[in-house]
Amino acid sequence: MAMSRDEILRQVQTVLVDALGVDTDEVTADATLMTDLGAESIDFLDIVFRLEKTFGIKIAREELFPAENLISNSELVSNGKLTAKGLAELKTRMPHTDLAAFEGNPDINRLGDLFTVNAIVRFVENKLSKSG
Amino acid sequence: MRWIWIDKFIEFESGSRAVAVKNITLAEEYLYDHFPGFAVMPESLMIEAMAQTAGILVGQAKGFQEKVILAKITRCTFFDYVTPGDTIQLEAKIETIAPEAAGTSGRITRCNKLIAEIDLIFSHLDKNLAGKQFPEENFVFTETFKSLLSGMDLRQNAKS
Repeated sequence: MAMSRDEILRQVQTVLVDALGVDTDEVTADATLMTDLGAESIDFLDIVFRLEKTFGIKIAREELFPAENLISNSELVSNGKLTAKGLAELKTRMPHTDLAAFEGNPDINRLGDLFTVNAIVRFVENKLSKSG
Repeated sequence: MRWIWIDKFIEFESGSRAVAVKNITLAEEYLYDHFPGFAVMPESLMIEAMAQTAGILVGQAKGFQEKVILAKITRCTFFDYVTPGDTIQLEAKIETIAPEAAGTSGRITRCNKLIAEIDLIFSHLDKNLAGKQFPEENFVFTETFKSLLSGMDLRQNAKS
């Protein structure tokens, strides 16, 4: 039986509350993990483990948070911003994120803003629909 | 004083679960400051003991190829004090293990009474910092830690 988006959001909220020690009402759909909820890189690992357990899916860390590999590649970043190639790569690896606002100013320091609660909900939705 | 907070392993299921014991003795220096007249093992050191138990379990699961370091304490709850003369058992279980990290759950008991529940996340340094230079020797898993495991082998070999 397919899970509704609301149910996925509710469970993702629980994961983020447990992993980041924030209150449920702070975990809105548009909240960014790093800026709004204070997540750090080690928290990303914790979040991946908890999502795997909650939804019964397997997630490689770079699947959900591929930005780390991208930033270190000199072909994809120039003067602190993603090149056209870098943007294309980002779109391929992160179809679950909303890149419209980011494309206007692809500053790598703003990559963290892509990781919203909604992005995680969409990622889980995609994973669940693929697995059956 | 050596930075080793467990005395021996009594159970070890590679890649899955391990149980270590620690004896708390008045010979341990910190007890005189924590606290004068009321000696109890600090919770931070109980977490370190669990981190050593779980860290060795995780490291051994990958043949000590990775430097395993404690990265996050996901949860720790304490239910009672630990005092000189106590023997505590630390049970750690691997909940998840991935190339770059591992998650463990753990319980500390004293004569079957629950003392603490401690869940941890470890990061694997080599996978996370590829290309950085480290000293040759694996500075995390020193001979002291590894000897805890070989102690187990000796006892098992002696029985059979």
